Amino acid sequence: MMAPRGRGLSPENLEKAEAIIACYPEKRSGLVPLCHLAQSQDGYLTAEAMDDIARLCGVSAAEVRGTASFYDMLHLEPVGRYVVAVCTNIACMLGGAYTVLAHAEDRLGVRVGQTTNDGLFTLEEAECLAGCDRAVCVQVNHRFFGPVDEAGFDHLVEELVSGALDDTVPPHGVLSRVERSIGLEATAGEAAGRASAGGYGR
Amino acid sequence: MVSEKAAPLAATERSSSDTPPAPPPDGVSLTIDGMAVTAPKGELVIEAAERAGVYIPRFCYHPRMAPVGMCRMCLVEVSSPRGPSLQPACYVQVSDGQEIATRSPAARKAQEGVLEFLLLNHPLDCPVCDKGGECPLQDQAMSHGPGETRFVEEKRHWAKPISLGPLVLLDRERCIQCARCTRFAEEVAGEPLIDFLSRGDRIEVAAFPELPFTSYFAGNTIQICPVGALTSPPYRFRSRPWDLEQVETTCTYCSVGCRVAMQSSAGKLVRLLGIDSEPVNQSWLCDRGRYGFEAVNAAGRLVEPLVRRDGELQPAAWHEALGFAAAGIRRAMSSGGGRSVGILGGARLANEDAYAWSKLARAVIGTDNVDAQLGDGLPAELVLGLPRATIEDAVTAKAVVCLAGDLHEELPVLHLRLRGAALQGVPVVEVSPVPTALSSLSYLVPYRPGYLLGAVRALLGEATSELPGTTAADVDAGRRGLADALDSSPEGEGVVVVLGRVSLAESAEQIAAAATLLSERWPAARFLPALRRANVLGALDLGLAPGVLPGRVLLEDGRAWFEDRWATELPAGGGLDAGGMLRAAACGELGALVLLGADPLADFPDRDLARSALETVPFILSIDVLANPSAQLADVVLPAAAHSERGGTTTNIEGRVTRLAQKVVPPGTARADWVIASELAERLGGDLGFDHLEGIWEEIEQLSPVHRGCTLGALVLRGGYDGVVVPVGAAPVRLGSPPSGWRADGVRPIDPMATPGIASADEQGAPLFAGASVPAGSDLSEALGPLDARSVRAGGAGTGEVPPGGNGSLGPAPAGEPPRPPLMGLSSGRFSAPETPRPDGYGVRLVTRRTLFDHGTLVQECTSLAGLAPNQLLRVHPKLVEQLGVRDGERVRARSPRGELVVPVLGDATVPSGVAVLALGAVPVDEPGAALLLDSAAQVVDLRVETLG
Ligand code: SF4
Ligand code: SF4
Ligand code: FES
Ligand code: FES
Repeated sequence: MMAPRGRGLSPENLEKAEAIIACYPEKRSGLVPLCHLAQSQDGYLTAEAMDDIARLCGVSAAEVRGTASFYDMLHLEPVGRYVVAVCTNIACMLGGAYTVLAHAEDRLGVRVGQTTNDGLFTLEEAECLAGCDRAVCVQVNHRFFGPVDEAGFDHLVEELVSGALDDTVPPHGVLSRVERSIGLEATAGEAAGRASAGGYGR
Repeated sequence: MVSEKAAPLAATERSSSDTPPAPPPDGVSLTIDGMAVTAPKGELVIEAAERAGVYIPRFCYHPRMAPVGMCRMCLVEVSSPRGPSLQPACYVQVSDGQEIATRSPAARKAQEGVLEFLLLNHPLDCPVCDKGGECPLQDQAMSHGPGETRFVEEKRHWAKPISLGPLVLLDRERCIQCARCTRFAEEVAGEPLIDFLSRGDRIEVAAFPELPFTSYFAGNTIQICPVGALTSPPYRFRSRPWDLEQVETTCTYCSVGCRVAMQSSAGKLVRLLGIDSEPVNQSWLCDRGRYGFEAVNAAGRLVEPLVRRDGELQPAAWHEALGFAAAGIRRAMSSGGGRSVGILGGARLANEDAYAWSKLARAVIGTDNVDAQLGDGLPAELVLGLPRATIEDAVTAKAVVCLAGDLHEELPVLHLRLRGAALQGVPVVEVSPVPTALSSLSYLVPYRPGYLLGAVRALLGEATSELPGTTAADVDAGRRGLADALDSSPEGEGVVVVLGRVSLAESAEQIAAAATLLSERWPAARFLPALRRANVLGALDLGLAPGVLPGRVLLEDGRAWFEDRWATELPAGGGLDAGGMLRAAACGELGALVLLGADPLADFPDRDLARSALETVPFILSIDVLANPSAQLADVVLPAAAHSERGGTTTNIEGRVTRLAQKVVPPGTARADWVIASELAERLGGDLGFDHLEGIWEEIEQLSPVHRGCTLGALVLRGGYDGVVVPVGAAPVRLGSPPSGWRADGVRPIDPMATPGIASADEQGAPLFAGASVPAGSDLSEALGPLDARSVRAGGAGTGEVPPGGNGSLGPAPAGEPPRPPLMGLSSGRFSAPETPRPDGYGVRLVTRRTLFDHGTLVQECTSLAGLAPNQLLRVHPKLVEQLGVRDGERVRARSPRGELVVPVLGDATVPSGVAVLALGAVPVDEPGAALLLDSAAQVVDLRVETLG
């Protein structure tokens, strides 16, 4: 087939991909790790990258897309620099998550699932983020903030825009990137520190 | 609330006629709803229950695919040491002492709960849904659902329909996520182009963007979807199940001979569904077969005779046109005798037509110039003389050797069956110049065109001179594939060779020589011909080949018998084959050419020769269903009825004879080919002696050695639905009693949940009978006549199972019947391969094959298929593209000794260097294509590829 070749995995990532696949007895077991790799490259899974993954794992592109689509943390569409997820599960809901979410929609001018025109923010609604102790919990590129109220949300957005959080929140967060830059533990810890310093909520 | 919950009608009916078989030795005993049942170890509970007459509701379970336990509709209570628990009957295997409750309060509650849940988001738009009236979801909602829903919220909405591929539409909100379609694509077709996308209530079946579901087998997903989520553009909104009529018949779009239910509404064919014929297609069809019926309804149908007046083809009355036709033939006969008439084609015909034309040619016209193949097949003596294998033999073989083109393109359902066998561990060794769709599962021995015989020698472990294109490692791989089979039998017992025309750019002599060698080294091996045209094997069996008489008999062997029976003198042998006829015509040696459903301009792999033959020969009579390019050059054109318009019988690659059923009436004044043959015979002063279709078959059965015992009775009654492989006794047949699971009146059981569209039409008053339409409720045996004694006599035993024999093992003729001429065998030394010119190092050697969809008349007359014909491309190794300094898709010039062609080039790493691939029929007939480069007389075709500059 003469499919147009867009941006697939870069040569370095292709090499990395081979190494990842070599860790598994079955090639197709490398599928999800490779999706993370592709997402760390482009922020989402491009059609070309999925094509590459299909070839590397010996499955069809439809299967790669089908598998990736199962996971909320894998994106099939381009996302903003910051993926902001507001938890609306029970603890956070009782803590006023729906008000925060409605406010977030207003503040960013997008609906859940959409990305701001400037490409900075993608807003998501999340199920329990395992941060119930600081409900309402908000996650930005896999970093936790909370408790967050409406004013706190505005403050968070301002800090993100101004670059004040650049050290702690990596762009286009995905697990492998976060892991590489600071690690999940540090992220949660630092965020907790900030939050308890009274940054974003009550 | 629906209070009385009956199981779906057909299921009950089917179950009640089933009797549990005797317990197998390694069986287990269990109880199902309190009934003692024995079942073979490993059987699924749902299947054991079915045999015991207990119907368990289901959606995802399909008898031809592995279980997934996806829909939970089949939950039943299964006892265990820890007490009863709910388990999916389609996933759990029987075990000793198990107690199964399918209708206990807990099981019912679970089933009703699952149904209520499946219907939560279901639109219930049955009145506008194609599936309404034949829908397992509707049926089981009535029989196993709660009758009411507690869901009052807004249902899901989706844009509808979206297309998954060119021939599959999806209404996502109707999908119940049973994964039948996705499993079919992956498991059966091996083309996982669709998969589930997303999760929860947003889940949908999807193809990858820009990679649509283009599988040749896509239509099967529509057939097995248990709801109306998948629909086909040709059938969508065309009919309702209760408006359908149907017959069981055979697909004739290639020679696999898949069994189908052919359905019509208001006198027009609207749908074909695959029937689960165990020995042949096991319910699957390819899309060419499934949608090919559009050509029957096409605008391009010939509806009246045409004769050339003042240089123009103009409508004429039948008597006039037949008079013209006879006069043209008589003119040729009077100047050069019968042998100046050539009859080209015949693979389109039903068996009866082929016999009528064979008799017309030999007994009336007096010519042996007949050929059902168009220079793209194999010598008749090879095909008919080799011991024949069945598909069943191939898929259970110890090893399969493929010396054929790409079966995925040419005989798609045979490809599916072999793919299934390869997955089950049957080693498949392919000897092919380029990889095929099966190669990822096979041992591929590549070779450079012209060196097939050498490659086969090497495969046999014999010394060969150096083979360009084949490495020692390739040969080793091939031999590894054969090792087990040959270790257990050096004679090749259990080996099946699939034999076809590997490439049209390579002479048939090479293949014939290679096949002969294999049959000599492996005397116990069997051969399955892979010739693709509809009824080409039937036509050959009935003598439409030079030097061959009806019944797989050589002309000289059968001369006395047929001269006696036909009361006439037969012509001398040595008739011309297709290439010979065209060459003779081109140099003015033929006086008349009859094109019997043949379109040499489009199909003969040597365009220049075909054209000059048709332009030179003084008289052309074309008889066809569709107007085709060659018919434009004819002097008389006679319109023929399609198979679905007249019935008869057809023969597949195995030699399996099945009934063709009439479903609709021919357009205009089109007539059956045998009628045309009879009328012509009369005008030529002869008499074929036929006045009805069945009469012809009776004569065939009485005169043809290979058809002895294969009566019409055997073909319609009691297990004969899957046809009879001739010679009777060559493959096991069960005649006389319906196989277990069949209805007492001999009607084939159709699983209403596996292929819903057939069973429901049947229930609603369109019963499915092979080869005859019988009003609902009438007694079958009365309508079709009893099995007569002849039908079961030939095999020897008289009743029941006839043991497999081989070709020629007809057994002694019953007392009082004169012995028939012997079946032909393959005489050694009959075929030898001439020396192949060595590749010169500059050029590439051409491989030309056909594709399933092409620019031929048949596909182009099918609205749904026409656009699927691929574009013409010269595929070569990427290195050559680089050397030429061009980009993929850029046009280059390809020159052969015969002609030249400007064509886009594509680098394809699967094509070995030194080889180029170009499909035949990839352009309309009046545009330059592969046929310009081919030379029907050459051993191989070498190409020079150059840039245009
Ligand atoms: S489209 Fe039909 S066959 Fe495919 S998963 Fe949905 S219901 Fe099943
Ligand atoms: S494989 Fe051949 S016989 Fe079967 S459906 Fe396709 S065209 Fe018809
Ligand atoms: S409920 Fe929001 S983090 Fe657990
Ligand atoms: S889970 Fe058994 S039929 Fe679907």
